[in-house]
Amino acid sequence: MEQSMLSMRNISKAFNGITVLDSVDFSVKKGEVHALMGGNGAGKSTLMKILTGVYTADQGEIYIDDQLVEIKNTDDARKNYISMIFQEFSLIPTLTVAQNIFLTREDKTSIGLLNDKECIAKTRKLLQDLEVDIDPNELVGNLGVGYWQMTEIAKALSQETKILVMDEPTASLTKKETEILFSFINQLKSKGYAIIYISHRMDEILEICDRITILRDGKHVATEDCKQIDLDMVIQHIVGSGMDKAFEWVERDYDKNTAPVLEVKNLSLGSKVQDVSFNLFPGEIVGIAGLMGSGRTETVSAIFGTGPKDSGDIIVKGEKKTIKNASDAVKAGLALIPEDRRVQGLVLEHSVKENIMLPILSKMQKGLLIDDKKANKVANDFVKKLNIKTDDIYKTTNLLSGGNQQKIVLAKWLANDPSVLMLDEPTIGVDIGAKTEIVDVIRELADSGKAILVISSELPELLALSDRVLVMHEGRIVKELQRREINTEEELQHAIQGF
Amino acid sequence: MQSKDSNANGAVAVGSHTVTRKKSFDWRNYIVYLAFIGVIIYFSATLYDQGFVSTDNLLNIIRQTAMISLMGLAMTFVISTGEIDLSVGSIAALSSLTAALTLQAGYGLIGGVAVGLGTGLLVGLVNGLLVTKLAIPSFLVTLGTMGTVAGLAMWITDTAPVPIVDSTFNFVFGSGDIGPIPILLVWTVAATIIAHILLRKTSFGRQTLATGGNESAARFSGVKTQRIKLLVFLGSGFMAGFAGLLYAGRMHAGRFTFGEGDELSVIAAVILGGTSLFGGVGTVIGTVIGSLMIGTINNGLIIMGLDVSQQMIIKGLIIILAVAFGKKAIKR
Repeated sequence: MEQSMLSMRNISKAFNGITVLDSVDFSVKKGEVHALMGGNGAGKSTLMKILTGVYTADQGEIYIDDQLVEIKNTDDARKNYISMIFQEFSLIPTLTVAQNIFLTREDKTSIGLLNDKECIAKTRKLLQDLEVDIDPNELVGNLGVGYWQMTEIAKALSQETKILVMDEPTASLTKKETEILFSFINQLKSKGYAIIYISHRMDEILEICDRITILRDGKHVATEDCKQIDLDMVIQHIVGSGMDKAFEWVERDYDKNTAPVLEVKNLSLGSKVQDVSFNLFPGEIVGIAGLMGSGRTETVSAIFGTGPKDSGDIIVKGEKKTIKNASDAVKAGLALIPEDRRVQGLVLEHSVKENIMLPILSKMQKGLLIDDKKANKVANDFVKKLNIKTDDIYKTTNLLSGGNQQKIVLAKWLANDPSVLMLDEPTIGVDIGAKTEIVDVIRELADSGKAILVISSELPELLALSDRVLVMHEGRIVKELQRREINTEEELQHAIQGF
Repeated sequence: MQSKDSNANGAVAVGSHTVTRKKSFDWRNYIVYLAFIGVIIYFSATLYDQGFVSTDNLLNIIRQTAMISLMGLAMTFVISTGEIDLSVGSIAALSSLTAALTLQAGYGLIGGVAVGLGTGLLVGLVNGLLVTKLAIPSFLVTLGTMGTVAGLAMWITDTAPVPIVDSTFNFVFGSGDIGPIPILLVWTVAATIIAHILLRKTSFGRQTLATGGNESAARFSGVKTQRIKLLVFLGSGFMAGFAGLLYAGRMHAGRFTFGEGDELSVIAAVILGGTSLFGGVGTVIGTVIGSLMIGTINNGLIIMGLDVSQQMIIKGLIIILAVAFGKKAIKR
């Protein structure tokens, strides 16, 4: 049997008593590209964070070239020749490529000053070896995303490296940039690096990887040769058998013959969003599925005016709207709860009432003062309507559960009574109990006649909610599926992977 | 405002297909130099008869701007890390007094200089520790120390000035001329060269810029960002103390009013010079030119016979215009 360059054995890790990794084994050979796959929360990134010293394992050993090593922090990882390519987090936009690559490791002249000439020469050589066409003197901030990524890799390789971890490296790359990256990875492979490749994209994994390891719910489920697997096998391993009962789909009844409340026509933004058109009807829940970087978030933020768009029309209730910013969108009756707004959407030290009132204070005024009676009534109504579990409206929100906090965020955005509600990853980072509550609330909102657009990477959730699913791939809507037509999560996975 | 990351993303995505290689000349990077030349030409033409271009007057401008330039050099580092130091003017006042008191008490030249500089270092240390250890924004920390230190300066002598009779001190720190060259020019040139090398040619300078460019990325790359921040505040305190010595030497006294309002001139000089208020981009030479430009405008307006109120209005407008036309300060 071939020797493993890296072998992680029996790795376990728990956060606050919740097991995230349970005796996971993982090994990579020299000159191998090894894919690491799994659904959200499967434990991929935790495992890699243990390898790179961001977290320490509760249990288990790491061997490199059959030597037991201890990795307690990022420095230890570096000393063991492990490098991780971050999406874009370790480069400084205001410094040049060469300055970035050798930051803190610059060559010095005999009197201890920086020897930039030497660094530039070394960078040029490094980039030539890697066959990347980048000027060492260019500011990183002026580079395209793809070259940004290459610079990251060059930086990782400028110090002695054996094991390279890449986390969704193609998420923000164009097709052409992806091709460049792949030829690059093949080169690294032939030079004997061990590469761990984290991705959700099956087509890429089949193209570039030698073996694949799949994690599910913190456990190792399979390690296979890429030549001997097919998509079905992989999807089955990722999904597992038992679907969560809480996420069962309920066929909802709504009037399918009304006029659409939102029409999006030929929305485009460079290569990120291409000619996207769809309708949304009152009382309907439409899910948008797709891989990271497929243009889902760009689409909703273009609709809502918080992101750019090149062209396209937004028609609300039959009327064409010019939406240049969020306040135009709110006036048009749209609401968007972006991914990062959920936690920041609350002033945690304030009461339930104060939080709900925040966006509608002007409506609560009587003369110069706030009409307390009216405010209390509105707050109490929301608490009742969204089934927020709190003793009273004066309780501070940090004492509530995550799900209930989430509902208050929803309440805030509902206070202006939008006719269309768009949610980007509404349940990311909340516990399973809260998730089902949020799913229920979204259903109730749809039942009350609001049109709802949900982006989610969690397919069970998407399947539980949606009446219709739009599948996005590389900026386009490639498929539109009625929920009734989708029998299993696997089918949706297939659609998303573009096979 | 969106987070920094998405900002960087957006900026980058625009040119994602090509690597820009051509280094076209962008005059906006040099706005302060052009503006400075413009100001000089304008005053030379209009105030020629009043003696604006005389050697005496030009050296006078150097003398008047030396303290702002020196504090500006250290402030360039502070602002390059994305921080700010509002306490420099107060430190200069307190240092002038502690130095004068030490000299008066007979501890000699070395003692006076050490205490004056030590005062600056001490306040810088307090600033730095509060910013790094307690994670209080530097704007608030130094707003606090600005007031506290100014109060201390008034309190230690009950607002009375302290005369300095040590002629060596007065010569070396401000009043002296070496041949035709004012000693303040010597200090300015020496400090500028050192600061320029420090920012451009040492790992400390590189890491200062890295910290301001993207702090978490710098940390990921092994830069000890907290230590860098502590050091830039120490440097700023030290240079403010030094400026205090220069005020004292030039005026032959320590006085609590020295440096009053200097923090604004210093910050204006730094930003005018092209250092980004958001950190990551800094230029020492630009700062000195920025400082000289403010000094030249002051001087020219006085010769033109404008009164103080008119001077303030024109100075303010010129600063806003220069920064608005400049690129680095407003980009990002």
